[in-house]
Amino acid sequence: MTDTHDTRREMPLGLAKRGYTGVIQHLSAKDAGSALSDIELESRLIELGFVEGARVEVLHEGLVGRDPIAVRVDNITIAVRRREAMAIIVA
Amino acid sequence: MELPLLHLALVGTPNSGKTSLFNALTGSRQKVANYPGVTVERKEGFFVTPQGRQVSVVDLPGTYSLRGRSPDEEITRDFVLGKASGETLPDLVLCVADSTNLRLTIRLLLELKRTGRPMILVLNMFDIASRRGISVDVERLAKELGVPVVTSIAVRKGGTADLLALTDEISAKLAAEPAENSWRALSVAELRATQREADRIISDCVSLPASPDTWTARIDAIVLHPVGGLIVLALILFVMFQAVFAWAQPLMELLQSGFDALGDIVHATLPEGLVQSFLQNGVISGVGSVIVFLPQIIIIFLFILLLEDFGYMARAAFLMDRIMGGAGLHGRAFIPLLSSFACAIPGIMATRVIDNKRDRLTTILIAPLMTCSARIPVYTLIISAFIPAKDVWGFINLQGLVMFGLYTAGIASALIVSFVIKFFMLRDYAPAPFMLELPDYKMPRLKSIAIGIFTRAKMFLQRAGTTIFSMMVLIWFLASFPQPPAGATEPAIDFSLAAIIGKALAPLLAPVGFNWQIAVALIPGMAAREVAVAALGTVYAIEGGKEAAEQIGQVLATKWSLATALSMLAWYIFAPQCASTLAVIRRETGSWGWMAATFAYMLVLAYAASLLTYNVAVALGAG
Ligand SMILES: Nc1nc2c(ncn2[C@@H]2O[C@H](COP(=O)(O)OP(=O)(O)O)[C@@H](O)[C@H]2O)c(=O)[nH]1
Ligand SMILES: [Mg+2]
Repeated sequence: MTDTHDTRREMPLGLAKRGYTGVIQHLSAKDAGSALSDIELESRLIELGFVEGARVEVLHEGLVGRDPIAVRVDNITIAVRRREAMAIIVA
Repeated sequence: MELPLLHLALVGTPNSGKTSLFNALTGSRQKVANYPGVTVERKEGFFVTPQGRQVSVVDLPGTYSLRGRSPDEEITRDFVLGKASGETLPDLVLCVADSTNLRLTIRLLLELKRTGRPMILVLNMFDIASRRGISVDVERLAKELGVPVVTSIAVRKGGTADLLALTDEISAKLAAEPAENSWRALSVAELRATQREADRIISDCVSLPASPDTWTARIDAIVLHPVGGLIVLALILFVMFQAVFAWAQPLMELLQSGFDALGDIVHATLPEGLVQSFLQNGVISGVGSVIVFLPQIIIIFLFILLLEDFGYMARAAFLMDRIMGGAGLHGRAFIPLLSSFACAIPGIMATRVIDNKRDRLTTILIAPLMTCSARIPVYTLIISAFIPAKDVWGFINLQGLVMFGLYTAGIASALIVSFVIKFFMLRDYAPAPFMLELPDYKMPRLKSIAIGIFTRAKMFLQRAGTTIFSMMVLIWFLASFPQPPAGATEPAIDFSLAAIIGKALAPLLAPVGFNWQIAVALIPGMAAREVAVAALGTVYAIEGGKEAAEQIGQVLATKWSLATALSMLAWYIFAPQCASTLAVIRRETGSWGWMAATFAYMLVLAYAASLLTYNVAVALGAG
């Protein structure tokens, strides 16, 4: 692993702006502060297609606090709150 | 030899077309009931295969896995595992997939395989997939998955022919010995591995052009715009309520004159007396005054079903999530609450999609505050009798404005109650996550809308024929017996049981401006709100003779003060909800306590609101 040239910085999807595109690096449920347990949150994210390697794009955001966000995950669209999206580490 | 009934079950992710497939297979041969214990709608239908095999098929709630996170998903899990009490294990599971979106379904299918149930993968919406240039190597997919695969187009005539043929073929050679069930809940690592496996199979068998649905993208650019989206939502709601009141009017008047004519025929053909009074005042005007509202109920369900079929409901939840969050509600509560404008019963049942218990409970408790269609008769009657039909500010109709105000009052009080619940009762509360698939938009299908409206209309008419009918008979009886002694000069009703009961209750209700006739009408109003109107009609009709029966509104205008009328409107914003709503709350929460709490809080609010309204109105000179 190198962080030279064009390797993009890792960041949680929960901080991404509208229009952001990236690839899921890993899931980190403990960083999300969700009401769900880590295992439950991770399971649900996987069940909705948030797995390592999936391409994501932030398509829309809500009015209040730019939340929730509508995310394109491969070829489906999922709405999530930013709080849960913090568990999805993208680059 | 007659083969035994073949049991099929439809399993799949939400929006994969299960219900459409179910409708396509069974047509109108459907039986809607509840699963024992929980009020999850259980839809079973019947059909005969081309080779003559009798089949029963069950439409199960959509799910992404067998973990069972919500009451809905638990039903699906228990059903395919054979753990649902009183249910037969399905002989064959049809795993229904949206062909344009296979990832999640293939993973679900790999999990389902572990249950050992014979299975078919149905690649539904194949028309859309072909149009988008998605091609699937069906044979290879079947081989990789170890499960027969068939394509289908649930919404096209003949679109299920291949599925039917395959069902015949497979059912002929179903093994008699029970298959082994090795399912257990997947760990995170297994889940991830299964998704990887699914993705590998898909990349081997499916070629995907990288073009998403452009229509969906274009519509969403407007509909999910942070500001524009909310304006669109407000417009949709405005048109919906406009339609309920304006479009339904001519039809309602037609129905009303039909019932009036029927009443006149009965009046003219039967001799004066008890039978004539029973048929005309009890049955025809009573049940008729409720059936008149069928057009409004059909229109409100038409809108809700259209929006659902189109794929808009999930967007509405997205737009409203944070806004409702301010009042302590979950975005998913939007759909149940919107349905509650039609009727709180489907609304409360729709809360099953909310997986967090507390969010669900809050939604159930406030759903009855949404102005359901059964309150429309009460509102319409009182408004047209007491509020002049003049324009204010030149263009807004005052009657419409009052109606709008009543709806707003209902919504506002729901938000306040929810906020109070969140603040005082469920304080240690972290907001439950909002995660929802936003499906591609689809052209709504006439057939599924028609089936949906038909079943609702049938339910409403059945209610009119049973609950409402029996309440009307009871009211008529109470208002007619005992008969006045010979030579009495007061109206007959003054001697009746209804008057006795009403006068006993009247002191309690006097502070809010209700007379004894209203007290009588409120009691059957608890069985079904709309009966209150009919009950008032019956009471005043028996009191005042035939002319009164035809013009309840005019009678009220002469007998009530404006303050009483406004107080009655305020009362009906809150309570008392109908008995069926309370029964549904009990079943859905599994608790008599929550049912009693709902009833009590609404009764208190109703009394307080009426008390306030009445006294303010009297103070302003409307007494
Ligand atoms: N074009 C097309 N649309 C379909 C097909 N099957 C279902 N739909 C549409 O997909 C939407 C969701 O279908 P529905 O049966 O409610 O899905 P469920 O959530 O699985 O029950 C509806 O708007 C249907 O009209 C199909 O084979 N082709
Ligand atoms: Mg369905």
